[in-house]
Amino acid sequence: MSVSKLIWLIPILPLIGFVINGLGRKLLSKTIAGVVGSTVVLASFVISLLVFMEIKAGHSIATIHFFDFIHLSKLNIGFDFKIDQLSSLFLLIITGVGFLIHLYSTSYMHEEDSKDFAKYFAYLNLFVFSMLLLVMGGNFVIMFIGWEGVGLCSYLLIGYWYKNQNYTNAAKKAFVMNRIGDLGFLLGIFWLIAKTGTISYDQVFTTAALDNLSDTDITGITLLLFVGATGKSAQIPLYTWLPDAMAGPTPVSALIHAATMVTAGIYMIARSHVLFSEAHFTQHVITVIGLATALLAASIAIKQNDIKKVLAYSTVSQLGFMFLALGTGNYVAAVFHVLTHAFFKALMFLGSGSVIHAMGGEQDIRNMGGLGKHMRITSITFLIGCLAISGIPGFSGFFSKDEILAGAYAHNPVLFGLALFAALLTAFYMFRLYVITFTGKFRGTHEQEHHLHESPWAMTLPLIVLAILSIIGGYVGIPEALGGHHELAAFLQPAVPTAAHQLDHGTEYMLMGISTALVLVSIIFAWMKFKNYQPEGEATGFGKILQNKWYVDELYHAIIVKPLNALSSFLSNIVDKKGIDGIVNGVGKAVNYGSRQLRWIQSGQVGAYVLLMVIGILFLFIVQFFYPFW
Amino acid sequence: MDIKAYIALSLTLFTIGIIGVLVRRNAIIIFMCVELMLNAVNLLLLAFSKMHAMSPAAKALPTYASDAQIFVFFIMVVAAAEVSVGLAIIVLLYRNTHSVDVNFLNRLKN
Repeated sequence: MSVSKLIWLIPILPLIGFVINGLGRKLLSKTIAGVVGSTVVLASFVISLLVFMEIKAGHSIATIHFFDFIHLSKLNIGFDFKIDQLSSLFLLIITGVGFLIHLYSTSYMHEEDSKDFAKYFAYLNLFVFSMLLLVMGGNFVIMFIGWEGVGLCSYLLIGYWYKNQNYTNAAKKAFVMNRIGDLGFLLGIFWLIAKTGTISYDQVFTTAALDNLSDTDITGITLLLFVGATGKSAQIPLYTWLPDAMAGPTPVSALIHAATMVTAGIYMIARSHVLFSEAHFTQHVITVIGLATALLAASIAIKQNDIKKVLAYSTVSQLGFMFLALGTGNYVAAVFHVLTHAFFKALMFLGSGSVIHAMGGEQDIRNMGGLGKHMRITSITFLIGCLAISGIPGFSGFFSKDEILAGAYAHNPVLFGLALFAALLTAFYMFRLYVITFTGKFRGTHEQEHHLHESPWAMTLPLIVLAILSIIGGYVGIPEALGGHHELAAFLQPAVPTAAHQLDHGTEYMLMGISTALVLVSIIFAWMKFKNYQPEGEATGFGKILQNKWYVDELYHAIIVKPLNALSSFLSNIVDKKGIDGIVNGVGKAVNYGSRQLRWIQSGQVGAYVLLMVIGILFLFIVQFFYPFW
Repeated sequence: MDIKAYIALSLTLFTIGIIGVLVRRNAIIIFMCVELMLNAVNLLLLAFSKMHAMSPAAKALPTYASDAQIFVFFIMVVAAAEVSVGLAIIVLLYRNTHSVDVNFLNRLKN
């Protein structure tokens, strides 16, 4: 079929955009750079849509082999793409949301120099390329290439304003944290190769290949893969880079650090669900980590005053929800939440970008307030995002979150309780953010108030589109209890199995009722509490702990960074300067000293030379005489 | 005559030559001592050659006894060539330094 012949264009187009913008960054005007950057992603989106339609119509485009990538005696790694229901869905998310964010960026980044502007689009295109490679790859190696590529682009874009030392530090932190996870991922891949001799999805995820793996192997491999996922998807203990990653431009935060890259871990686990379903211990670990991350990040988000930090912790928390779903074997719910989260979190990040744009770079919500009057579209779309993430019935977040909660309940009611608590915190901090930012009186300077304006169309259009998607995005997965068919689950069925546990409808109604009622209470509470918000002084007690993010950064600093610094300063000052330098300099000094002594032999007196020669010959004669067989 | 007498004479001449080279500073004397050492070696070669000429091996190979004697001629030719070069150097040395003391030949030092 013709569409399958176009598949290679999907990742290549953004790569072309990267090359054009990257090489021509000094020549291209801002308009051309923006148009090129956005058009290639739009074209990818169109092809992705065709591919999606094709698959939806029932034509399966399985694995496409391009060429042999690595060919060793027993190991044959092809450059393969695997296009199935799961990856085609991710293709749509990446290119669709990606295009909207490119469009938004053309306006948001307009004040940059044209050179930096083209560089920004080059990075963004490279990111889209890497992410597409990640989801399209037909084996773990291709996925790993994309995996590393997105990590690199994330680093480049966080440090986009590289003249600010804090920003480059944040970029380095993100890179190092990701690297720790990547190591785990890589070791998992090696283990898999060692035991099964192949890494192609089609070959690994067969019962024959799984029979070769002992329980220890499966647990070890899945745990290592999960370590990779914790790095990329910002879970405990490697989540601290994501809030710092907000140093990058806001559209980057929306695309990379909310909608796409951070879901790579979820994609990877959903892709290898065959392995993970076998590893019960790993599933428990994922469940616990996901839930703990959801709760921890949600609690931190309550006390943050930076608009982007709140959203960042919210992202970490939502990713925790997705991992909870993965851990309970509810893969469809996790993918569903990735989909809806991509819409509403991208929406809110872009909304916050619009706010920051209007406020002239101000990010502290204590200095905002009453923005709703000035920025009607941003305000309304942001509210839609908040309603969606809180899980108000009718919005997309409700369906996906409800599915995760129901899955958790079927697994263990305690999990449901804790997850619900995290969901309530979510509703609370999102509405705290909304109320403080968009309602009440303006608290900034007079100059800022005068400057307030609604953003241009290139910024509001993506907001509107994403807002619509945030509302209707959930209707692809209406549960049967509400008279739907869960089309998403049916669509994903060949690639990702639906959860084993099925609750009866009565229980589901009850769970929905409980969560909706409590979320509404939480929202009303937040609204009342922050309606007449006045910035308070330094937080005390528990609030202070939350404001300082549970001191996790300080803890890491104390137990990892400081000992490492101490070790390296010991190695540098003692071992290197005293030990190794001592040996090297000692050799030099000894040679120097020795040669100064030997210099007296070279007297220039011919007689002395001859004498030495005679002594030498005599010595040889004596040796020869007494030890003739030497 | 016993070979030992030749060896003793040749050793004596050679030692005189070495000591002369070591202790004297006059270039011409040193030169003469070098010649003395060469001739001591020549003498030894001839003595051994003569001695081996009576051995049974020499009867099998006709050139066996004469090899060393021919070699001596080569040494004398080389020594003669060396003398001509060496004397030329000494003449130039004298022209430059008005002395034939070898200890003046340390100009490359320092």
